[in-house]
Amino acid sequence: MRFDFTEEELNRYSRHILLQDVGVEGQEKIREGKVLVVGAGGLGAPVAMYLAAAGVGTIGIVDGDVVDLSNLQRQIIHTTPDVGKWKVESAKETIQAINPHVKVEAHREFLMADNALDLVGEYDFVVDGTDNFPVKFLINDACVMAGKPFSHGGILRFEGQTFTHVPGSACYRCMFKSPPPPGAVPTCSQAGVLGAIAGMLGTIQAAETLKWLTGVGELLTDKLLTFNAKTMDFRKIHVKKTDKCPICGPNPSITELIDYEQAVCDLKNHG
Amino acid sequence: MAIIIVNGEDQEVQLPATVADIIKQNNVAQPEMVSVQVNEEFVDRDEFATLQLQEGDEVDFLYFMGGGGTF
Repeated sequence: MRFDFTEEELNRYSRHILLQDVGVEGQEKIREGKVLVVGAGGLGAPVAMYLAAAGVGTIGIVDGDVVDLSNLQRQIIHTTPDVGKWKVESAKETIQAINPHVKVEAHREFLMADNALDLVGEYDFVVDGTDNFPVKFLINDACVMAGKPFSHGGILRFEGQTFTHVPGSACYRCMFKSPPPPGAVPTCSQAGVLGAIAGMLGTIQAAETLKWLTGVGELLTDKLLTFNAKTMDFRKIHVKKTDKCPICGPNPSITELIDYEQAVCDLKNHG
Repeated sequence: MAIIIVNGEDQEVQLPATVADIIKQNNVAQPEMVSVQVNEEFVDRDEFATLQLQEGDEVDFLYFMGGGGTF
């Protein structure tokens, strides 16, 4: 541990350092953290912004898309003049404006079976900020294979759900064996989403990331947190890792990463 | 009538009832997409029609939620 924070940094992070559970030691763990945010969209935006403000030392962002006007209703890391820019570039500019101490690694590509293990392998913790099932399963499988913890997140209409995986805890495939057929379950681009829901869920994912980095509290492992903003009902469903899981069970049937087919409407209309 | 707990709330059911019956009773929109836990153990889809529920069982429906933002 270096603890060589400048006066400016001590001032910047003073509200963290004041927290008994965090302190200078915890802030140092945050600074040493390397977090990969997959997707600079509705969830990735608040995640990356809060992690940047918190002082996470290295933030990687994977996204191969450009900012569209229809993104701005919820993807608050991008602003009106950013329309048409690469999302990773727009996100990097916002992060550096929030906190110039953060090293941003912009990966201008989509996460695929052929790059997922390399990308995930460079980081300590991964955040799923994607809006489609093929990549959600890919993140799960890559993280399970690489032994990396990650935060899963999904939102739709007025609802959200999230859990945190660490090696040995329940994974996405323990809960859902395989992706739904393309088009069988609507995504936000088809069914809509209340913009603030992305903030509600993304900030939970950011908090989980910071908890993992600092070792504070209890993670959402073996628990699926779901909420419905129409009623503001929150529920934690206890889930168990299952031996029948095709990726994290004792006899996995999945031994390499898979690029599942996406719904055509999602390919045409990202995010 | 018996009471089982569905998604954390008490629900009256007529026993005998299988997981498939409870899915139907709850008007689950896409039954072929839902994941089901009974007493915190996941149930295989091919057991939905045969697994009998008991008084006090806890049943959770887990739904796909795929949004988030970018790709």
